[in-house]
Amino acid sequence: MFGDYSLSDLGAIFAMQGFAGLILFSVYVLMALGLAIIFGQMGVINMAHGEFMILGAYVTWMTSSAFQQYLPSLFPGYFFIAMCLAFIASGALGMLVEWALIRHLYKRPLDTLLATWGLSLILQQAYRSVFGAREVGVELPEWMMGSWQATDAIQIPINGMFVMALTVLITIVVAYVLFWSRWGRQVRAVVQNRVMAGAVGINTEKVDRYTFGLGCGIAGIAGSAFTMIGSTGPTAGQLYIVDTFLVVVFGGAASLVGTIASAFTISQAQSTMEFFLSGSMAKVLTLLAIVAILMVRPQGLFALKVRK
Amino acid sequence: MIINSRFFNRTELIGFVALALLLFVILPLSLDIFRLNLVAKYLTYAFVGIGLVLCWGYGGILSLGQGVFFGLGGYCMAMYLKLEASSVANTKIQSTPGIPDFMDWNQLTQLPFFWKPFHSFPITLLAIILVPGIFAFIIGAAMFKRRVGGVYFAIITQAIAAIMTILIVGQQGYTGGINGITDLRTLHGWDIRTDHAKFILYFVEVVLLFGCIIAAQFIRLTKLGRILVAMREQEDRVRFSGYSVANFKIFAFCAAAIFAAIGGAMFTLEVGFMSPSFVGIVPSIEMVIYTAVGGRMSIFGAVWGSLLVNFAKTSLSESFPQLWLFGLGALFIAVVLAFPNGLSGIWQDYVQPHIDRLLASRKSKPGNGFPVADGAPAE
Repeated sequence: MFGDYSLSDLGAIFAMQGFAGLILFSVYVLMALGLAIIFGQMGVINMAHGEFMILGAYVTWMTSSAFQQYLPSLFPGYFFIAMCLAFIASGALGMLVEWALIRHLYKRPLDTLLATWGLSLILQQAYRSVFGAREVGVELPEWMMGSWQATDAIQIPINGMFVMALTVLITIVVAYVLFWSRWGRQVRAVVQNRVMAGAVGINTEKVDRYTFGLGCGIAGIAGSAFTMIGSTGPTAGQLYIVDTFLVVVFGGAASLVGTIASAFTISQAQSTMEFFLSGSMAKVLTLLAIVAILMVRPQGLFALKVRK
Repeated sequence: MIINSRFFNRTELIGFVALALLLFVILPLSLDIFRLNLVAKYLTYAFVGIGLVLCWGYGGILSLGQGVFFGLGGYCMAMYLKLEASSVANTKIQSTPGIPDFMDWNQLTQLPFFWKPFHSFPITLLAIILVPGIFAFIIGAAMFKRRVGGVYFAIITQAIAAIMTILIVGQQGYTGGINGITDLRTLHGWDIRTDHAKFILYFVEVVLLFGCIIAAQFIRLTKLGRILVAMREQEDRVRFSGYSVANFKIFAFCAAAIFAAIGGAMFTLEVGFMSPSFVGIVPSIEMVIYTAVGGRMSIFGAVWGSLLVNFAKTSLSESFPQLWLFGLGALFIAVVLAFPNGLSGIWQDYVQPHIDRLLASRKSKPGNGFPVADGAPAE
């Protein structure tokens, strides 16, 4: 399959496919970060995670339309406001869902899966009723369009670079919040030993609610970033949910580093293979490889060593 | 090895007779052939549901990939029917006569090797059982021997369902792609499209369903069933008692897969085609939902759940397509939050005591207190 290409061509192909993979990687990381917090830290399986992402995407779309109509002069900067709004909207919905649904099911993880699946059906239909079944696309401000010519053969789109920079920033913020802030310590304390955490005066219910809200909020930001590179439809979230779960499981559920490493591996493998095989076969091979590796090493790539 | 109990206790016997009366007598007499065929289609999911009761309700293993086995069974049957429908005489306008039409459209010139065994009817029947069974065995052995369970098993089976759909859709020349295998005509020379054939197929299916119910009931009552329950509750203690936990789990998973495959094969016969839309993530989860709604601990509940949810789906999505998904979603959440044992749980908690009281007061006339329609745990 490499025979028809010269060496420099191959280099350019790998560079560009590698970059396409990096964009996919960014979306995976943003989605998986939220899920890693919810699933990895809290042990809740949130099948509606994709729908929280799509909520963020719709919020971004609404903000961009509003800016176009009422504040065209500020349009180039709308994205930052949209992102904050997406975070708030998804996070608020997440906290509501935690209060109404998830908190009753902490002891029954498999049932959370079913209940959140029901929630995802309701949200999908709600999006369809409110926004219509057609996909909507966001108009990008001018500075995000176009691409950067690195060499003759290599072109790198600017919106992709922006999404990547955003991903790096958010990852750093999340890592800071979880590992160094006071609140992050409370979250980890509750995860590791709920009873003791409660005994030393941490309000575990409140921590649960905010943790779930944070995870969903990050999904909202992921959706916001997602509008930069694709269009949004009511069922777009479902396409990513299995991939995202695999990213989190493959990385080792409780490890943020693992999540990022596995998102990188999966997205690069997929986009590099996509160039040489058909898209569907690339996906099949990637998923098969993950499932095979998980069968050999069920705890994922980066697992905390614990005695069971 | 039935321990200390008759095969069915009294309430189960009532449930069994009620279901048999409904499926064998009432529905065939009261419905036209179109509706009866729809019921037959719903009942194919009941096979999956019975498997899930064993595997999920009793064994505690939630598989989100039952659609894969349903699809494997269905595709095995569809491949046989398709080969019969594409005889050389039927397909002489193709550039390569004698192969299925979609292969011809995809420039295949000869039958792929894995299609060849499906020329024979006995081999097809064997394949419907063996292919999903062996596949489930491989997955189960790989996962349970390494003590993967619970949530992780659910996610991995879901990924397998995703892989299977993408593979079927992508390999259009070998599988018929997104349209699936369509235009099926005869089974061993017998036209399956006529009303008469549909009528007979319905009864074949109901007989098979009762076969599966009895098999599942047998598994449930033997020592094996007890060990499954024990494993679900305290896996380590069962392991320390010297049982090989993995082997029991593999067995439950394989049994569920085979039940699902029988359902899939009947689905192909009843509906007349098989497509990847019955294999993927969404149908697999829906099958779990039918079981959850019917009651994950009740074999009859699974049958009722498949019938009622599908009936609701058809009638609601015909008249209120917008509302259907809201309804389905709310149903899930309600069942999980409020009624974890589904309809059969409601039946046992709220209706059964009344019937028992009624029976106790009218001992002289047994069989009078439960007209058949009330056998439904629905109301």
